[in-house]
Amino acid sequence: MEWLDNFWATYSTLVLSVGTNVLLALSIYLTLACGLLTVANAAFMAIGAYTAALLTLQTGTPFLLALSLGALLPALIAMLIGRPTLRLSGVYLAMATLAFGEVVRILILNAEDLTGGALGLNGIAQLTTGFDVAFALIGTLYVLLRFAGSRIGRTMAAIRQDEIATELMGLNVRAYKLFAFVLGAALAGLAGALNAHFTFFVSPNEYGFERAVEILAMGVLGGTGSPWGAVLGGVVVTLLPELLRGFGHYRPLINGVVLIVIIIYSPKGIWDLTRFMRRHAGKPAVN
Amino acid sequence: MLAQQFINAISLGGVYALFALGFTLTFGVLGIVNLAHGAVFMLGAYSALQAVILLRLPLTAAILAAIVITGAAGWLLDKLIFAPLRARDAPHLAPMIATIGLAICLNSSVEGFFGAQNLRFPVEALPTETLSLGGIRITWLELQIVLLAFVLMGILMWCLKQTRIGRALRGLAESPKAAALLGIDVEGLFRLTSVLASLLGGVAGVLIALYTNAVFPLMGQPMLHKGIAVVILGGMGDIRGALLGGFFLGFAEVFSVAYVGSTMRDAVAFGLLFAILLLRPDGLFGKAAQRRA
Repeated sequence: MEWLDNFWATYSTLVLSVGTNVLLALSIYLTLACGLLTVANAAFMAIGAYTAALLTLQTGTPFLLALSLGALLPALIAMLIGRPTLRLSGVYLAMATLAFGEVVRILILNAEDLTGGALGLNGIAQLTTGFDVAFALIGTLYVLLRFAGSRIGRTMAAIRQDEIATELMGLNVRAYKLFAFVLGAALAGLAGALNAHFTFFVSPNEYGFERAVEILAMGVLGGTGSPWGAVLGGVVVTLLPELLRGFGHYRPLINGVVLIVIIIYSPKGIWDLTRFMRRHAGKPAVN
Repeated sequence: MLAQQFINAISLGGVYALFALGFTLTFGVLGIVNLAHGAVFMLGAYSALQAVILLRLPLTAAILAAIVITGAAGWLLDKLIFAPLRARDAPHLAPMIATIGLAICLNSSVEGFFGAQNLRFPVEALPTETLSLGGIRITWLELQIVLLAFVLMGILMWCLKQTRIGRALRGLAESPKAAALLGIDVEGLFRLTSVLASLLGGVAGVLIALYTNAVFPLMGQPMLHKGIAVVILGGMGDIRGALLGGFFLGFAEVFSVAYVGSTMRDAVAFGLLFAILLLRPDGLFGKAAQRRA
């Protein structure tokens, strides 16, 4: 199995990045499935990353506990800001969560004693293994796929299609939206905590507007009809720059062009394209 | 001191308002959140800079060059990206993602051509006289920036209110389908809006480049964040709101730097935005979301 060891030695960071990015894409899929256009995931990722990193760096907390707390704290914060924020809808919600993300980033930047300010935290122990990421991914996918067919999933789809009608049916729309938001925050925090422990460096700039927009792109590119869309989106957005390495200087340019081309030719996301193949293969179209 | 800060706030606010106007036009008429607006802003700055450096044009001609180039960029943006997406009946997030891709392309192309470092206008090109009005010192450059911003905004507002095209645009913003039924050239007006919005962003870019004398590939990004904040403050799609929001942000920033400290400047802006959204979810002037016909 020597090639496996070699592969891992060269590409482990990439594989782990794909894993955490898919986790982030799933976190935004969850909120998009509920009709919530929130881009606060980058901020929650930052909170999770800093929490876990500070815990392992300064208090030597065991890794799994640090991960759990890294997922818990963003969830608590989401619960706090969720109630007033989720009254907004559509683009306003997106922009409010974007603003929230910026505020978090600036607070982290300025709380130098705790977070190291602009220099960030360095030398975080490299504790994340492929198994941790895989376990988190499989667990999340399992839960989300089960949601999709269950009452929770159908309620979220109903909220997404027509909030007022859903409320008229007697369903507690606010509770479901808050649930999606909080769970999404926990997932993003977990992804951040995992990420911090294989890149061994966190800084406020990692989790700003660009990251938030990248996460959104992953969600939309992959397609919002199913968790697999988010998986696809996360994989494509992470691997694309790597695959384009051969292009040297032109890499970001081609990256942008590919993004544009994919969106123009498949506006509903890549997952939507595969629907054709599944339909033609004789299986019923899944939705 | 206070009066001086007032002048600073007005000039900065004017540029923010100009940028936000372009952004809110795209959203109000086309229904698209144009995340490439910052890149177009940057394009305008580089166009003017290169017109001065390479072609040795005077400043006025350079500003016109920036207008032409960013207007053309807006035209291409609609023709190549927005129009195909409209034709395919794309979900409303898709154009936004496409503009993200475009911003990446533009930023990296400019960085590839001109390098990532800070470029400056040559000293001879910039007017340096200072005026003294009642104890306040204002440079001729600052005055021109303020005047240009106000003149452009004034022209735009007048056109929107008084001309046929302006009314058509407002009708289009209200409901594209109804506008089409009334015989308005919807596609043509969409294209015009894209040109206009990009042009405004480009001029804002030139003005900020002159104001700060720093031109670099990523200069559009912080501007985009602030533009988003302004537009939400004022209500998405609302012209007056973008204007007032721009000035509000200019004042908030200048006075928070003067009295709170410059590190928290952005936090003040975004914190205010967040707070205002919680109290007035549609922005200061926004209307509650209506179902589009």
